[in-house]
Amino acid sequence: MSEHLITPEAVGAPTAHCASCPIYNSAQLVKLGIDITGYDYVVALAGNPNTGKSTVFNALTGLRQHTGNWSGKTVSRAEGGFRFRERRYKLLDLPGTYSLLSTSTDEEVARDFILFGRPDVTVVVVDATRLERNLNLALQVLAITERVVVALNLVDEARRHGIEVDARSLTRDLGVPVVPMAARRGEGVPELLAAVADVASGAYPTRPRRLPLRDPEIERAVAALTPQIEAAFPGLPNARWVALRLLDGDESIARAVADGTLGAAVAPPPLPVAA
Amino acid sequence: MTLADLPLGARAQVLALGGAGAERRRLLDLGILPGTVISVESRSPLGDPTAYRVRDTVIALRREQAARITVRSEI
Ligand SMILES: Nc1nc2c(ncn2[C@@H]2O[C@H](COP(=O)(O)OP(=O)(O)O)[C@@H](O)[C@H]2O)c(=O)[nH]1
Ligand SMILES: [Mg+2]
Repeated sequence: MSEHLITPEAVGAPTAHCASCPIYNSAQLVKLGIDITGYDYVVALAGNPNTGKSTVFNALTGLRQHTGNWSGKTVSRAEGGFRFRERRYKLLDLPGTYSLLSTSTDEEVARDFILFGRPDVTVVVVDATRLERNLNLALQVLAITERVVVALNLVDEARRHGIEVDARSLTRDLGVPVVPMAARRGEGVPELLAAVADVASGAYPTRPRRLPLRDPEIERAVAALTPQIEAAFPGLPNARWVALRLLDGDESIARAVADGTLGAAVAPPPLPVAA
Repeated sequence: MTLADLPLGARAQVLALGGAGAERRRLLDLGILPGTVISVESRSPLGDPTAYRVRDTVIALRREQAARITVRSEI
C-alpha cells in the first residue's frame, strides 16, 4: 500500500462563520436536519447498496462521526467531518440505492438531499466489478447535479476477477473525475480527497454526461417545459431533469415546484454587511 | 412465457416489461431491461419470492412482478 502523503484530519471545534464561506444553502440544509456550523463544504456519499460506501465514509472521517436518523424518517444517517487543504468538509452518508426515481423511502431521502440540500460535491461510490449496474445511479445523480466525483471502488476485487476499468476513459465519458479505489485498504483515499476538493472549489470544471431522450415527442415536451422552469427558478442547475420528472407525473417534484422548495436553494449568498 | 414460468437454474432473455409507472420503473432500476439475461438462482420454501441473478447481482422478485416480465428461455 502506498504512503498516505495526504490524509484527512479530524475537524476541530467549530470556528466562526467566514464571510467567504462556500456554503450558501444553509436554510435548506437546516430543514433537512443538517447542522453545517463550522464547515466550509457539504459532501454527500451516494451509491448502490454494498459498494463500500460506509468503508469510504470511515476512511474519510475516521472516528469523527455520529449516527442518527434522517428527520422524520426511520432511515438511519451517518454524518462526520474531515479537514483537507485548510477546508472543513461535512460528510453525509446517503442510503444505498439503485435509483433516485422510485418510491422507496431510502430513494426519496437520497434524492431529496441531493436535489434540495445541494451538496457541494456528491461522491457516487460505484462497484468496479458491477460497473454496468452501478452506472445507472451515477447517471441519475449526474442528471441532478454536476458537482460529482465517482469513487470507483473495489478495484482490488475487480482485478482478482481479471477486470481492469479504464478510469481515464470513464472520466472523459462521464465528464467528472473518476477515482479508482480499494477503500478497505485505504488505496485511492488521497486521490479522492483531492478530487472532492477540486470539484468543491470549482478548480475542476465538470461536464456531466447527460443522456439524450430517444423519443422526439418527449424531447419536444421537455424543450417546451424546461425554459418555463428556468424562468420560475433562475439558476436552477437541473431544470431539464425537473421537467422530465414533471412529465413523468412525479408528485413530490410537482409539490416542490408548487410550494417553492425547489427554488429555495437558489438564492445567492447574503452579502457580508460592511461594518 | 414470463420470468415466473422459468424453472430453477434456467436462463432467459428479457423481451418486454409489462406494468406501468412506479412498478415498471422499479424493474428498470433493478437492471431489468429488454435484452437483459436473467437466471433463476433459488426459490424460497413457499415458492415466492424467487431469487434471480441480474447483471451479477442477486435480486428477489415476487411472483406477480416476475409475471410481468416477458422472456425467451435460453437453455
Ligand atoms: N475487497 C474490497 N472489499 C471492500 C472494499 N470496500 C469495502 N469492501 C467490503 O465490502 C463490504 C461492504 O462494504 P460497506 O462499506 O459496508 O458497503 P455499503 O453497504 O456500501 O456501506 C464490506 O465487507 C467491506 O469490507 C474494497 O475496496 N475492497
Ligand atoms: Mg453502509
